[in-house]
Amino acid sequence: MGGRIMTDRCAVALAALALALPAMSHAQDTMPGMDMGGHQHHHAPAPPAQQAADQPAAPAAPAAEGASDEPKGTDQSPGSAEPPPVAHDLAGSRYWDPQAMAQAHHAMMTERPAPLYGAVKMDIAEYQFGKNGDSWRWEGEGWLGDTNRLWVRSRGEGPVGGRLEDAEVEAAYSRAISPWWNLQAGVRQDLGTGPVRTHAMLALEGLAPYRFETLAAAYLSDKGQWTGRIEASVDERVTRRIVLQPRVEFNLSAQDMPQQRLGAGLTTAELGFRLRYEFSRKFAPYLGVSWTWAGGRTADYRRADGESPSARVFVLGIKSWF
Amino acid sequence: MARPRINRQTIFRDRNIMSSWIIDRRALLGAAGQLGGVALAGQATPGWAKTLSQGAAALPQSEVLSGEAITLRIGKGHVTIGGKPAKAITINGTVPGPMLQLKEGQMLRLTVINELDEPSSLHWHGLVLPFQMDGVPGVSFPGIPPRSSFTYEFPIVQHGTYWYHSHSGLQEMMGCYAPIVIEPAEALPALLPSMREHVVLLSDHSFVNPARIARNLKVEADYYNRQPQTLSGLMAGHELSLDQRLSWAKMRMSPTDIADVTASVMHYLANGHGPDENWTGLFSPGEPVRLRFINAASMTFFNVRIPGLAMQVVAADGQDVQPVTVEEFQFGAGETYDVIVTPQNRAYTIAAETMDRSGMARATLAPAAGMTAPVPPRRARPLLTMKDMGMDMSGGAMKGMSMKMRDGSLAPQVKMGPGVDMISAMPEDRMSDPGIGMGDVGHKVLTYRDLVALHPNPDLRAPEREIEVHLTGAMERYMWSMDGKTMSQAHEPIPMRKGERVRFTLVNDTMMAHPIHLHGHIFELVTGHGDHSPRKHTVTVQPGGKASFDVTAEPGDWAFHCHLFLHMAMGMMRVVQVRPA
Repeated sequence: MGGRIMTDRCAVALAALALALPAMSHAQDTMPGMDMGGHQHHHAPAPPAQQAADQPAAPAAPAAEGASDEPKGTDQSPGSAEPPPVAHDLAGSRYWDPQAMAQAHHAMMTERPAPLYGAVKMDIAEYQFGKNGDSWRWEGEGWLGDTNRLWVRSRGEGPVGGRLEDAEVEAAYSRAISPWWNLQAGVRQDLGTGPVRTHAMLALEGLAPYRFETLAAAYLSDKGQWTGRIEASVDERVTRRIVLQPRVEFNLSAQDMPQQRLGAGLTTAELGFRLRYEFSRKFAPYLGVSWTWAGGRTADYRRADGESPSARVFVLGIKSWF
Repeated sequence: MARPRINRQTIFRDRNIMSSWIIDRRALLGAAGQLGGVALAGQATPGWAKTLSQGAAALPQSEVLSGEAITLRIGKGHVTIGGKPAKAITINGTVPGPMLQLKEGQMLRLTVINELDEPSSLHWHGLVLPFQMDGVPGVSFPGIPPRSSFTYEFPIVQHGTYWYHSHSGLQEMMGCYAPIVIEPAEALPALLPSMREHVVLLSDHSFVNPARIARNLKVEADYYNRQPQTLSGLMAGHELSLDQRLSWAKMRMSPTDIADVTASVMHYLANGHGPDENWTGLFSPGEPVRLRFINAASMTFFNVRIPGLAMQVVAADGQDVQPVTVEEFQFGAGETYDVIVTPQNRAYTIAAETMDRSGMARATLAPAAGMTAPVPPRRARPLLTMKDMGMDMSGGAMKGMSMKMRDGSLAPQVKMGPGVDMISAMPEDRMSDPGIGMGDVGHKVLTYRDLVALHPNPDLRAPEREIEVHLTGAMERYMWSMDGKTMSQAHEPIPMRKGERVRFTLVNDTMMAHPIHLHGHIFELVTGHGDHSPRKHTVTVQPGGKASFDVTAEPGDWAFHCHLFLHMAMGMMRVVQVRPA
């Protein structure tokens, strides 16, 4: 329960910084299609015997004798005897070398199918065909660990044949706070042609109800500027191998940042559809389309710079993981 | 439960034992009827599992290991599947390993030589024995270090169908398993002493290393699910409606999540043979044949049927039951069933379809070599229901009630956290459930409640207390645990007093079925059969449901775990600690 409460609290906190996904903050583990009335009908499971320490030990019910209508064998109800205390030794040490036994016990307790889990996922690695020239773009992440992970994210884009325009690398400590959500804290380094900033980052990453892969992140730059980002995507399986992935992204800023040509409020919004063919889960080429729009004051900057505040690109790429 | 004391031998002594085989009655009988030159599948198959078998009684003595002194070698090798060699951990060079044919009441000295470069072990699945001979590294003994040996020594106090396998790492997943058949001390009247019998050991094997399978699941838990719900299926009006699909999506669960390791990575074997190699057991038309089915798979439930042939179940997990006739049964990893069939003069297919219907192990029963029967097509993949979430809404009284998917207050002993994605709100006793997808197959499928012990149970006391254990997990993270804690997180064992009668109630807070195995004990399932409760060593707990058994504690430390090996490896395991009262 702790995890869930924390999740909700984080969701609220991030919502204060940015737009919160409506699905994230409410009803995340309530059954659909059922009213929210009380649930007094639950017969809570009997308290486990281990926890019944304050109850007196009851003598075992006598086994049925003779009378055929009395419950016999497993038909009888269990008593409420107390469990014995846990012994802190290994029974095997009485028969085998205690040191070998202790080592084997430790190995058994700590053994995993793999010493460390990890993956590198490239969600977007694509060529973009645009009206004002072609460009390329990547977006990927990697992690190492289990419930506590080292998490790395990177994204960037630039014109074909030109310089890297916009790029970021993030490294974070990621901690599982519920079966679906990770809380992440770390740093982000900007690269590319614009002003190069370093940011502190706090993010909530995970799977929202309706299976939306979601990221909500807040950033504080070394110049004291607050920005935020919300991303969500969902995999819709058309057939066993063909997957349609709608994807949205919102970037936000708490202040005007003339150097970056970003205004306060919604800076950019993106909507994309990518249709992939999974040769395997690890290798899936895709094609798609993606629109971006600049928000209010950011759009003003764009127009002032002689740029269009919106753009549409057709994309061709590969989704993969290793 | 008095039994002979065993010698406490020092271990790690590399004895050079030339086993003195005792030629038993069966072997002598069989020598006459031995069929030559039928080994089609290469050297990686032991004699008892050769592609064509006259029956266990017809095996030459060298192909089945019997007697009081037996030597086994664990080594690296391969198993041939569809003509291709797959890496394997072998016992005496084969997958499955040699069959142990033993007799109730005998002593057994097993010398196991570990020829691997890693620690190994052999566990005698279902045998009641002194705990220090049970073969679980770190629980019953220190394990068998690389390139060394260990001698197990214990009396055989029971009869029936069992098996043995490595309990180290994921060696079992790589083929380190074999059957045990124990003849009763006195012939049972129900069994014709001369009845022909076959062991049908079902298993799964992959060309992909088990650690890699585990890692893929950890990165994408549905990695091997190739039978998802699709939009094209929705358009075509197949299966669930849009509303139902949205309900599942909202919960972040999948109704197609029946098995996490499927035919997309596993191959299914009968006695070490793939479907094309078609292991064939011979019979004489009109004569009854005993089939000893063993589920030695690492990650697979099988639906077993023989189209055209009713099966009379006579034993479950090696324990005799009152004969019950079924057309099909589903069983989980670690369970065994003995059935008697009376085939006519034609061939029959033994079809062992996986629970998710993605694959099938196949074998043939035939009166003569070379005969085959049609292989039934795989049936449509079943879907999970609300019942599998521990929320059966079929009862009218329940309608309109709200239910939460993850209400920790319903299971105070469960540590809620990232590893627990569900708590069964209303776990139902599912002992009358034939298993996932078996409710509508149109013929009689075995349920636990159909099983009634042949003999009165040995301990008729009422349980002194109840131990509730929740089977927990988080599918998206591929985490598996008991009471919300992995074994290493919990660390503490489940304490019991020697001789104490205890009821275990297992509550499945996941959407997967788990076959739960308690080492070194035969327990009585609580299914309303009183002093004739069916006895087992492995019980499948249906998704969202619960199952209870009564057990009399045997002294020692014992492993207690889900027999789906990756679930056990991820932490769905505990040590049961039984100490003097």
